[in-house]
Amino acid sequence: MENIYLTIALAPLLGAIIAGFFGGMLGRKATHTITILGVLVSTVLALYVFNHHVLEKGEIFNQNLYTWMQIGSLNISVGFLIDNLTSVMLVVVSFVSLMVHIYTIGYMDDDDGYTKFFSYISLFTFSMFMLVMSNNFMQLFFGWEAVGLVSYLLIGFWHHKESAVEANLKAFLVNRVGDFGFLLGIGLVLAFSGSLDYAEVFSSLDNTTNQQLWGLDLITVICLLLFVGAMGKSAQVPLHVWLPGSMEGPTPISALIHAATMVTAGIFMVSRMSPMFELSDVALTVVMVIGAITALFMGLLGIVQNDIKKVVAYSTLSQLGYMTVALGVSAYSVAIFHLMTHAFFKALLFLGAGSVIVAMHHEQDIRKMGGLRKKMPITYWTALVGTLALIGFPGFAGFYSKDMIIEAVHFSSLPYAEWVYYAVVAGVFITAFYSFRMFFLVFHGKSRVDHHTEEHLHESAPSITFPLIALAIPSAVIGYFTIDPMLFNGWLDNAITIDAEKHVSMTELSNIFHGAAAMIPHAVQTLPFWMMVGGIATAWVFSLYRTQWADWVQNKFHRTNYALESLYGFDRFNEIVFVGGIKKLGNLLWKVSDMGIIDKIAVNGSARLVGFIGSVVRPIQTGYVYHYAFFMIFSLLIILTWVLFAGDNPLLQIEF
Amino acid sequence: MMNTFQFDTALLLVALPEIFLLSSIVVILLVDLFLTKGFKQVTYYLTQFSLFITGLLAFNLIGHPETVIFSNSFVLDNMASVFKVFMMGATMVAMVYSRHYLTQHSLFRGEYFVLVLLSVLGMMVMVSGYSLLTLYLGLEILSLSLYTLIAIARERSGAIEAALKYFVLGAIASGLLLYGMSMIYGISGSLNISEISAFASDANLGSRETLIINFGLVFLVIGIAFKLGAVPFHMWVPDVYQGSPTSVTMFLSTVPKIAAVAMLVRILIDGLGAMHPYWSDLFMVLALLSIALGSVVALMQTNIKRMLAYSTISHVGFIMLGFVTGVVTGYGAATFYVLVYVFMSLAAFGIIILLNKKGFEADQISDYKGLSKHSPWFALMMLIVILSMAGVPPMLGFYSKFFILQQLVSAGFVTIAIIAVVFAVISAYYYLQIIKSMYFEDSEKEIVVSAPMDMKLILSINAILILVIGLFPDFWMKLALSLF
Repeated sequence: MENIYLTIALAPLLGAIIAGFFGGMLGRKATHTITILGVLVSTVLALYVFNHHVLEKGEIFNQNLYTWMQIGSLNISVGFLIDNLTSVMLVVVSFVSLMVHIYTIGYMDDDDGYTKFFSYISLFTFSMFMLVMSNNFMQLFFGWEAVGLVSYLLIGFWHHKESAVEANLKAFLVNRVGDFGFLLGIGLVLAFSGSLDYAEVFSSLDNTTNQQLWGLDLITVICLLLFVGAMGKSAQVPLHVWLPGSMEGPTPISALIHAATMVTAGIFMVSRMSPMFELSDVALTVVMVIGAITALFMGLLGIVQNDIKKVVAYSTLSQLGYMTVALGVSAYSVAIFHLMTHAFFKALLFLGAGSVIVAMHHEQDIRKMGGLRKKMPITYWTALVGTLALIGFPGFAGFYSKDMIIEAVHFSSLPYAEWVYYAVVAGVFITAFYSFRMFFLVFHGKSRVDHHTEEHLHESAPSITFPLIALAIPSAVIGYFTIDPMLFNGWLDNAITIDAEKHVSMTELSNIFHGAAAMIPHAVQTLPFWMMVGGIATAWVFSLYRTQWADWVQNKFHRTNYALESLYGFDRFNEIVFVGGIKKLGNLLWKVSDMGIIDKIAVNGSARLVGFIGSVVRPIQTGYVYHYAFFMIFSLLIILTWVLFAGDNPLLQIEF
Repeated sequence: MMNTFQFDTALLLVALPEIFLLSSIVVILLVDLFLTKGFKQVTYYLTQFSLFITGLLAFNLIGHPETVIFSNSFVLDNMASVFKVFMMGATMVAMVYSRHYLTQHSLFRGEYFVLVLLSVLGMMVMVSGYSLLTLYLGLEILSLSLYTLIAIARERSGAIEAALKYFVLGAIASGLLLYGMSMIYGISGSLNISEISAFASDANLGSRETLIINFGLVFLVIGIAFKLGAVPFHMWVPDVYQGSPTSVTMFLSTVPKIAAVAMLVRILIDGLGAMHPYWSDLFMVLALLSIALGSVVALMQTNIKRMLAYSTISHVGFIMLGFVTGVVTGYGAATFYVLVYVFMSLAAFGIIILLNKKGFEADQISDYKGLSKHSPWFALMMLIVILSMAGVPPMLGFYSKFFILQQLVSAGFVTIAIIAVVFAVISAYYYLQIIKSMYFEDSEKEIVVSAPMDMKLILSINAILILVIGLFPDFWMKLALSLF
């Protein structure tokens, strides 16, 4: 098995190296064949691993493959932990990545950086595999940083665009903030357990009981710090600002990184660390509340966006909020379940948006679209599936996962849980509203496409439509088939720890669960369903039936609208306080400490000192051999004197 | 107490590498006499071949149980075998580089190779020496060969001067060493390392004995410090490095350092380990002086060979610090350091030689201006080597320094470690200056690389390995630790 795991991780790396270094020589066709082949191998093997671990209930594989460094008793290794959680993640990541690879052939067709792009996305796939397969914090951090790096490269892929460069810098810096917390958390883990290996850390959790740090329980501090890392990667308020900006990258990247995989790293990490989070109700409450804020308020922003990708991006933020809420109420498996369904339908929606963008010659404003249904039937139908899955229409994938999250919150006994419940239910209305607003504006109604584009408008190439269809299928049905085994029949049991006495959500859920089919008729009687219907209806009214009402509402509630359009002012706040403040601080430090102290005294001073010493020592090196010999003998004399008469216990005493 | 020499042939197998090498030297010397001008390359290939076989024989003996033969004067243990394998490998690489230099500067003579092999034989004897006499014998075989090797460029006054300086000062150092040995012999009554060790670690050692042992110890330390080139017995180093033909500089700055460390281990640890509290203070002072002086004075150099001489002095300081710790892991760190140092030095001198042409020594730092434009690949290789020497992660040179510092800190020498780091930072300045010349300045003259393919290949591998092993240093660290 070990070789299989290694192949899964290394096949995309090999593809990335070949595409990166030899892509120019090999040409486009060979490059995409090789990279796709690499990911295909990983996908097939990932399915095999899934079958072995999840379906056949194989043994957990936890082994160090290579000792990178040994410092004292601290062992830093490259190792794999393959359990059911990892297996699920492997399948999701490799499948979505494969689809994106194929899609890229069509999407990047006219781009000069074709081979470079393939190299990057394969490298990204490798990084994500390393992240999910890791059995220790160090490798987790490696994968964590590697996906961050590749994401930086890809957001700024069109580096001649100034906005892209700005966006990738922003993404990188915001992620640094998260990583800083994450690294501190890892440091604390190391401090209390003396190890970075998951198994050893989890088994020494008892060490933390009754320990305090900064007035909180030690374990709470650790969990909160780790969660800061998750907030950065999984774009939770207030570290979410990078994700909408990241839409500057090419669309396949938005699908792969900013919807299906990288942003899920935080969710995955918290689930992996469930034995630690279970010990701290404070941390769990914070997780839940942050998730709820993200879910509700980021969804609201989706309503006022007019860029097709931005709408999808804000819906990603909102859905990540849902997953985080699930983590907070100890429904880790539900979070992973939503992560999985979301990966499929969100990748589908992004790729569908990309298909529209290509057809529209890179026009992204939904106000300039409309009536595309006839021209692009495949895109239309797949987008419909994706949208229905996203809003949680009964029967579709997103329905099961989102419904479970809402129910889990309902059963939670954490403080503020009832408020969070209202937030996530309200979120359903908002999700349905912005999703269908976009859907109607793009595909229905009168065409607002300009005349020139209209003439060339046609369905995209097969390399684009194939992944759409391939993703539409799981988006529709995967929830139905996997909800039972994944949540209630132990697929994830060997990876997740829940303190069932304190956190009852999962137990209660399994009490009311009577099969996937039974959920559909039951859903019609629940509040979320009618919230969703209301959302769709509102969207229909405002974007198709009476469009002028939208303007009226905008004018009437211009303050709210202003707050939404300025994205609650997060960006401006960062701009003024952090960017401006740090610039001022930097200026001050530059003038006072850098120019004044370091340059004048330390650098120039030490250079002068070194020069002085050199000029003293150099004349001794005369080049005359008798000087050298004399120097040797003289040194001998001094040393002998020192050894015999000086020191702590001289060998000879001088007597007078 | 006189021992009769036992000549059991099975025991001779233990010294097989030495015996094979000695026989090859005789054969090569004879064969070379009869080679006509067009066939001189045969000597080179024979040399490489015998080095390879010797290395192979030594490799075979790794894992052999510790055996002492020849009346307790010759030891075979893992340290000896591993060191020998490394010495053979390093010499082979050095010979690949040397060949280009020798042909360019019309120094390609049979004697050159024979002298190199003889010095290697001397080093092997040093590595395996188990009595003061054998150690001294090995040292003299090595030194005499090296003096001659330097003087082989006899039409250059610089080389003759260097050879003579080295010879005169080396003779003084040998004298001091011998005097120290005689003191030890006088008080312990034995030349054998294990008997000396038994004598020195006797708990009832009287104050008179302690005094005389330490008196001798000072001379021994000085003799070893001279061989290593530690301050204040370093004065020969810059002059000899600069004056010698570059290929000889490369050889004498690399492989003999392994032998010197081996001699240090045999005498000061295997023999006088009980006296560690006495000699470690001395070592600490010499080591810090070496690091300080090496780092600071190197800043003033314009000649790259001279600069590398001072850089060697500061590297030697680091190696000695490993022995100050007084723990096995510290000795392992020092051993790791010396092997890494040899590996980096070979590559650094390799690049100097690579750029050599007839009438152009490439030994001024200004000669490297704009190298990145003429020869980007080798500029990159030089970059790796220089960064490694400066101790920048993830190069190999970082780990060797890190390992030493870590051992120092865990042995409680925190202040010493901090001082060493400060000087390591200062030394980064002159290393970076070379990089600046290579990448950010325009060249004054055209540099054309005319070296043969084998040299380019080996040199590239050598430099790339510095990076690659730096990424995976684990195996080599463990190997170095396992020797003690």
